[in-house]
Amino acid sequence: MAEKAQAGTLRRVLRYVKRFRLWLVLTLLLAVVTVALTLYIPILVGRALDAIAGAGNVDFGAVSRILFTVGVSVAVTALAQWVMSLLTNRITYRVVEQIRDQAFARLEVLPVSYLDSHPTGEIVSRMISDTDQFADGLLMGFTQLFTGVLTILGTLLFMLTIHPGITVVVIVLTPLSLFAASFIAKRTYALFQQQAQTRAAQTALINETVSGQRIVQAFSQEQAVLRKFDACNDALQEASLRATFYSSLTNPVTRFINALVYAAVGLTGALAAISGRITVGGLSCFLSYANQYTKPFNEISGVMTELQNALACADRVFQLIEEPAQSPDPEGACVLESAEGAIRFDDVSFSYVPERPLITHCNIDVQPGQRVAIVGPTGCGKTTLINLLMRFYDVSGGAILAEGTDIRQITRESLRAQIGMVLQDTWLRHATVRENIRMGRPDADDEAVIAAAKAAHAHSFIRRLPQGYDTVISDKSGSLSQGQRQLLCIARVMLCLPPVLILDEATSSIDTRTELKIQSAFQQMMQGRTSFIVAHRLSTVQEADLILVMKDGHIIEQGSHAALLEHGGFYAHLYQSQFAG
Amino acid sequence: MWKLLRFLREYKKESILAPLFKCLEAAFELFVPLVVAAIIDRGIPTQNKGYIIRMCLLMALLAAVGLTNTLFAQYFAAKAATGFSAKLRRALMAHIQSMTYSDLDTLGTSSLITRMTSDVNQVQTGVNLALRLALRSPIIVFGAMIMAFTVDAKAALVFVGVIPLLAAVVFGVMLVTIPMYRRVQSRLDSVTDITRDNLDGVRAIRAFRREAAETAAFREENEKLAAMQERVGRFAALMNPGTYILVNGAVILLLWIGAVRVDAGVLTQGAVVALYNYMSQILVELIKLANLIITLNKTAACGNRIQAVFESGGAPTETAAAPAVDPAQRGAVTFSHVGFTYQNAGAPSLTDISFSAAPGEVIGIIGGTGAGKSTLINLLPRFYEPTEGSITVDGVPAADFPRDDLRRRIGIVPQKAVLFQGTIRENLQWGKADADDEALWDALKAAQAVDIVQAKPGGLDEPVQEGGRNFSGGQKQRLTVARALVRRPEFLILDDSASALDYATDAALRQALKTLPDRPTVFIVSQRTASIAHADKILVLDDGHLAGIGTHDALLQSCPVYQEIYASQHQGEVQANG
Repeated sequence: MAEKAQAGTLRRVLRYVKRFRLWLVLTLLLAVVTVALTLYIPILVGRALDAIAGAGNVDFGAVSRILFTVGVSVAVTALAQWVMSLLTNRITYRVVEQIRDQAFARLEVLPVSYLDSHPTGEIVSRMISDTDQFADGLLMGFTQLFTGVLTILGTLLFMLTIHPGITVVVIVLTPLSLFAASFIAKRTYALFQQQAQTRAAQTALINETVSGQRIVQAFSQEQAVLRKFDACNDALQEASLRATFYSSLTNPVTRFINALVYAAVGLTGALAAISGRITVGGLSCFLSYANQYTKPFNEISGVMTELQNALACADRVFQLIEEPAQSPDPEGACVLESAEGAIRFDDVSFSYVPERPLITHCNIDVQPGQRVAIVGPTGCGKTTLINLLMRFYDVSGGAILAEGTDIRQITRESLRAQIGMVLQDTWLRHATVRENIRMGRPDADDEAVIAAAKAAHAHSFIRRLPQGYDTVISDKSGSLSQGQRQLLCIARVMLCLPPVLILDEATSSIDTRTELKIQSAFQQMMQGRTSFIVAHRLSTVQEADLILVMKDGHIIEQGSHAALLEHGGFYAHLYQSQFAG
Repeated sequence: MWKLLRFLREYKKESILAPLFKCLEAAFELFVPLVVAAIIDRGIPTQNKGYIIRMCLLMALLAAVGLTNTLFAQYFAAKAATGFSAKLRRALMAHIQSMTYSDLDTLGTSSLITRMTSDVNQVQTGVNLALRLALRSPIIVFGAMIMAFTVDAKAALVFVGVIPLLAAVVFGVMLVTIPMYRRVQSRLDSVTDITRDNLDGVRAIRAFRREAAETAAFREENEKLAAMQERVGRFAALMNPGTYILVNGAVILLLWIGAVRVDAGVLTQGAVVALYNYMSQILVELIKLANLIITLNKTAACGNRIQAVFESGGAPTETAAAPAVDPAQRGAVTFSHVGFTYQNAGAPSLTDISFSAAPGEVIGIIGGTGAGKSTLINLLPRFYEPTEGSITVDGVPAADFPRDDLRRRIGIVPQKAVLFQGTIRENLQWGKADADDEALWDALKAAQAVDIVQAKPGGLDEPVQEGGRNFSGGQKQRLTVARALVRRPEFLILDDSASALDYATDAALRQALKTLPDRPTVFIVSQRTASIAHADKILVLDDGHLAGIGTHDALLQSCPVYQEIYASQHQGEVQANG
């Protein structure tokens, strides 16, 4: 990511932290206190050691005074540390909460086209794991970075006040461990990449094989599959060994260099002590500084990469939050109340991708109460008509009129309230049967719910579910068959029964006898309502008032069943081929 | 979990050497405070520069020896851990290959994949860390205490007191927070679920204008997550200040005791410095140990999940030799009173099914979803064993065939067309490993798939991407038919395979099957009467029972279930026929 973009992301992060700015300042102050006192303690210990010079030469008064100061400092440091963690926790989790809330709120207003073109997994990972990484890296990392830098500066300062010469030794030698660490990190990076690649290849193979396991067995390919697996398993083992080994070198090598620094400080310190320029306590203090001086350096290099990563994650979340929402309802958009059900497509054109026009100059005129069936081969644009009518997508040319008003001039809310939809994709939410049926009318009482379920032929199987209407539906349990899910979706619409219906018909995954039930539920619903039926089987469309035959985005024929058969065109051909067998 | 350690057996040497070298390194580290004490007590007072230089070189030497030991330790640990996980993955893969369909049903595909990938990775990390750290940290902690005893027994009692206290704080905080973190995870899961649910159901949610309600529900769940995270954070935040107070309290005590003992001439100044240094070493190691335990805790959970795979099933014993088959019986099948109940299912999926198929016959199987059609044909290649009754194939009890031998006689076209990464040729040769191009083209021709292959620039060598992504549903379907035909099977099973084919192709395929040179016995599973009307015999299944058996015309006369199915698909005609 470019520097500039990073700065932009950082600014946006700061906007979220703003409401916690007092706490942030307090956190930083506490960090200063913690670092200063933590560094002060070795000095105090050094002084105490100096007061314990030898047999009969111990200044108990001084020792007790110093130890008392140590005690107080420790208590204050511990308290400061604790409060600091509480504050960072709060800031972190609440900022994350806010970001997630905003991201989710944005999901609800993003154009359906955005959601259709981005895999669910990707959006979920932005909202969940990217936000998590951002929190860990940026907010926790920030305090770590701050205390790290403070510790380094403070240590330098304290060391200089005790003995500049030895300080120089520390300053000159410690970068060695940083060089070593970054040297190893660079080598390891390439090895990790290699490991990731071989791992990805293996995962793909595992995925494919295990998902197709039944077929592997049906064709007795077990041994062949294992041979293929072995080859990439060996490659992974090798890549993994190298990556694991080299990456595990960082700690020992930096520890080794730190030990050398320690020895060098011991040497110069002891020599200085001989000439009386430093006390034994001072030497001990230096040694413990030498021990902890390098630690923040190592941490900082880790924190820096984490910060970069966190910024990248934050950027992905912000992109989602800032993704343009669907076009808002225009000023003074009209509210469609109790529609009659007159729908007109007036020279409608539409395409998902500008280069590939899908629907061109489409004209349909539907009178209130008419039944319209849409038929045609897969991919001909049947579902697209529904997408347009519900305003999941907006037309790119022409207009769709409901009760004579362009639907873009009607609030989405009121338009959709007039249309009931049963889709082929029988989505039910993770909630009880009752809550699912109530989705379109949350205030409906139990009797209404049961009546709707009965009308949808769903009551009898719901009653047989373990907890009846309170059974929780989940994808994982898979307790409902596809047909039963479809019936619940119908019950959902039954409960609110708007004047216009869209029915995307049951698919081949439902057997025809269940489908008969669904059909009769559909029939009942359609009484006196304008309805659009996307039909997959011609047997179900014959009673429609108007049949639209679609092919490649065009409506190539329209009329009643009898008229179309007479016409002897595409529809007639389709019809005959289906029933010839 | 422990049972998985068998995969370390081949790396016994490495698994012993890694911790051993780690211990050596720790031991060398423990000498350093003593060297510092010697410098303070002997070098500085006597102003012996040579001694000081020698002592500092000794420290450098200790560091170098320590480093060498660690390098060995890291290498052996990495080797053992990666070797372990490779062996483990291999064994898992082999085990999955030998699993029966029932076992696969129980464990589920996605869970198997997770176990083979991320769970194994976690276990690898765990083994690696355990080999390196499990011994090192305790050795430093207790080593420091023992070294303190060698310096001064009385002062060392401070160590004896503070180590359990430190351990209590570190492990106490862990004990409280680990279950809390688990609750955080489940809250996070439910936030994830709501998000996913909303994305999957975007159309329904917008159609029912539930956006505001959904946002409110999300906010509530999200708030609960943040609150839970904060609560865990509050406990976790006790760890650092708590240990800090303990260690420094111990330092204060040590210095005081040191002061008294030095004044009495029992201890030297350098000895007090050494004790102080040992105290500092302990804390670092205890925290490392705590982190190790957290990692191992996760590892154990993953390990148990993996072990569960090994413990579930595996194919039952196998007959070794293929039975002799009477040539006149080749292609004959009988089912007599066959019943089948899935594992852990309450009700049987098939009950009392009896029928026979003569060589070369076409058998149609029809029924609603869940009627038992797929179950029935899955019994023939012995993907499942019938729980009641018996099946004969080629006049021999199916159970007498070795599974491989039995399956070689059967060509299956599954409901969901799946191809595998490789080339078209490789995919077709799954049917018969040594099939030549002519045989492949013959099969393609019968399967109406010639044009698919000819349209590809690579022909038979055209690459097939993972899962066959680069082919359409109908193309895959036809290629899977060809794959089954390549082996020139005695039995051909089409499990609702025509669903992705258009009517014309379906008809042409049916015609081609009739003219195959060696006339296999064909089983066609379908929900459409049109696809099976031409069959010699139709089995009508209803809720696991055989509701009727006969030809299309006979069933239309006699079988109410069949009549209903037919009527639901041909409303106009039935009415017309009166």
